[in-house]
Amino acid sequence: MLGPIGRALALPWEGEQRASFEIAKGRMQPTPLISYDRVHKTFAGPAGAVAAVDDVSLDIAEGEFLAIVGSSGSGKTTLLRLANRLIEPDGGSIRIAGEDISCLEPVALRRRIGTVFQNGALFPHMTVAANIGITPRLLGTAPKAVAARVDELLDLVQLDRAAHRNRLPDALSGGQRQRVGVARALAAGPRIVLMDEPFGALDPLTRDTLGSDYRALHAQLGLTTVMITHDITEALLLADRIAVMRSGHLVEAGTPAALAASREPYVAELMTTPRRQAARLAALLPESGAA
Amino acid sequence: MSLLSDPRFAEALSHLADYLGSHLRVSIAALALGLAVSFPLALLARNRPTLRNLLLGIASVVQTVPGLALLALFYPLLLALAALTLRWFGLSFSAFGFLPAVLALALYSMLPVLRNTITGLNGVDPGLIEAAKGVGMTERQALLMVELPLALPVIMAGIRTAAVWVIGTATLSTPIGQTSLGNYIFAGLQTQNWVLVMFGCVAAAVLALAVDQLLAFIELGLRTRSRARVGSGTAAIALMVGASLLPSLGSSPARYAIGAKTFTEQYVLSALISERLQAAGLSATSRAGLGSSVIYEALKNGDIDTYVDYSGTLWANQFHHREQMPRAALLAALQQDLARDKITLLGELGFENAYALVMPRQKATALGIRTVEDLARRSRDMSIAGDYEFFSRPEWAALRDAYGLAFRTQRQMQPDFMYAAVASGEVDVIAGYTSDGLIAKYDLVVLDDPKHAIPPYDAILLVSPKRAEDHALQDALRPLLGRIDIATMQQANLRASGSDADSSPQAVARWLWSRIAK
Repeated sequence: MLGPIGRALALPWEGEQRASFEIAKGRMQPTPLISYDRVHKTFAGPAGAVAAVDDVSLDIAEGEFLAIVGSSGSGKTTLLRLANRLIEPDGGSIRIAGEDISCLEPVALRRRIGTVFQNGALFPHMTVAANIGITPRLLGTAPKAVAARVDELLDLVQLDRAAHRNRLPDALSGGQRQRVGVARALAAGPRIVLMDEPFGALDPLTRDTLGSDYRALHAQLGLTTVMITHDITEALLLADRIAVMRSGHLVEAGTPAALAASREPYVAELMTTPRRQAARLAALLPESGAA
Repeated sequence: MSLLSDPRFAEALSHLADYLGSHLRVSIAALALGLAVSFPLALLARNRPTLRNLLLGIASVVQTVPGLALLALFYPLLLALAALTLRWFGLSFSAFGFLPAVLALALYSMLPVLRNTITGLNGVDPGLIEAAKGVGMTERQALLMVELPLALPVIMAGIRTAAVWVIGTATLSTPIGQTSLGNYIFAGLQTQNWVLVMFGCVAAAVLALAVDQLLAFIELGLRTRSRARVGSGTAAIALMVGASLLPSLGSSPARYAIGAKTFTEQYVLSALISERLQAAGLSATSRAGLGSSVIYEALKNGDIDTYVDYSGTLWANQFHHREQMPRAALLAALQQDLARDKITLLGELGFENAYALVMPRQKATALGIRTVEDLARRSRDMSIAGDYEFFSRPEWAALRDAYGLAFRTQRQMQPDFMYAAVASGEVDVIAGYTSDGLIAKYDLVVLDDPKHAIPPYDAILLVSPKRAEDHALQDALRPLLGRIDIATMQQANLRASGSDADSSPQAVARWLWSRIAK
């Protein structure tokens, strides 16, 4: 299944993307790739301890695109950071491909997982190529192989090699920067990509294009993606499944269709928003609806 | 006459290699040490608020200590330490010159390096540090590949500030025995040779600017990841240090070091000793501008080999005696004190440089003042001026108590300005020096001290313990003993306070020898 935007766009790798996505779906294993089991995390706040993540259990299947939705302070960022041990849980366990990550070396774990940060978080003193090649370099890949990989990734995120390789991040537009961010996350060939509000600060048009381009990459490369967003519309358009967080609790997780049918008041309220917006937009822009 | 053809300029230039080289060596060593200590401390302290505040607090306090005082403090500190290591390990080291200067200057360089390194690192966007971890960097890699490069401009600004401070403050290491561009400044101030003072200031400023610009160049290289820039900048600094080592490599190690305190007469006498040694085929170097308390310890420790001191000064200040004695008895007693420190009292030069109350001849005659006793009756309506240390010296207390002196006002002045001040009537009496040439120049009169409240101040030649059996040195110096009378020394001092080619200490020393040799 492709999101509606992905379907509407004529991507160069449309055919193979569909195929690989289906294969990934077909390979889906009974054991989930990422599994949160009764995870708990408390932070010391100014007004005492605050449970940022409270008894959350959540399974993410291989090949799945999961969006975690919630307002700020809901615990969605904490949940994401727990997966690559940027934060350690106070209770419960997290498994990746069956292995308890608390038994893994955190640095090695992070090198195996791709992470796309808010606003790109590119290293401003490194060129685009150095930013993209950073994880392979840390893994000890030979410079020539890193350079070849960087070119490959620039193609993959649709940035011109010659024009962008040696530029510094400051010379890029917001959209280009986040494309480099995606390329950097993919450089070491991870199976899992974590994304922290990746497209939040972009203008709507760029955001839309980038989102659907990434959705296509996710499918093409058979990735498992966990993306944080506060925008339910974005989540609905891109993700296979959506987890709704509120005050540290996982309120509900399910496909867009399942969530739409939810009786849980917060989820129901959340799901009406895009519909309400669509209706208002349809009224404001009748000809757009006709197209 | 243009500056460049001024003989004082040529004289200043002849010392440049030595002074500049020493200055550069001590500055770079201090900077390197300061960096080596403060940089790891900054890394350690940046995420520990208590340690950070403690370090920055200490560094700030150090910064408020005047450079001169900080440098001077390190000398007795190291002396005590050297004594301890000698007792415990049988090893001693020289607490004179290079070592105290490097330590004090390194301490001085710490604040900007600490503060800027901590500020720079704490100023790095936390999102980028998280990203560094997220892409799989270890903490060390994140520090080296992300945090330090991003904090580099702020850190380098700190290092550059430290460099300029250290190079500037290093001029103050002259009084603790480290040759530096300060030798120009101290000597120039004492002999009123403004060309020398300017020369020292300009040279220090040019050196500071040059090092600052080289560091800026290295910073640019680091930022643009240009190995050529970093390499050539570092090489340039290494080359400067290497060049500064050359003059000292070429010199023979067996030369004698002659000490001199910070006033004109001492510069002249050390030049005279130096000339005598060279005439005897012994190579000599001068350690001029040493502080009064430093010079005796330096002799005792063999950092210098010989110098001229004054019997009363040693008696009261060094050995803390309060009793008064006639000239010969005091010398005999002093010789025993010196012998305990294994210092040889070679003999007297023949004149006294005593503190004395001095006033214009005309005024003294008009008021009928001949002695300090006469003065005491009128002192309540009069003002007195002395040098920076006089009023805290035991001689002043003795004089005051013996005659019941109580002046209306009491001021401290640069010695060279005192005589003009009393001659012009700005103050009524000054505590001058009996051998000063300006007494004759301004037609001043020295008041008698009938109660002998001020001890005698015979100029005496001292030789260090390690030269006690050195007959070549002592034979070269003996012709000076008993040959310089007070009138000759006054004339010599007056010549040296002039501002022409004949007023350099070397020229005056040659003149002095020509008078002695007659």
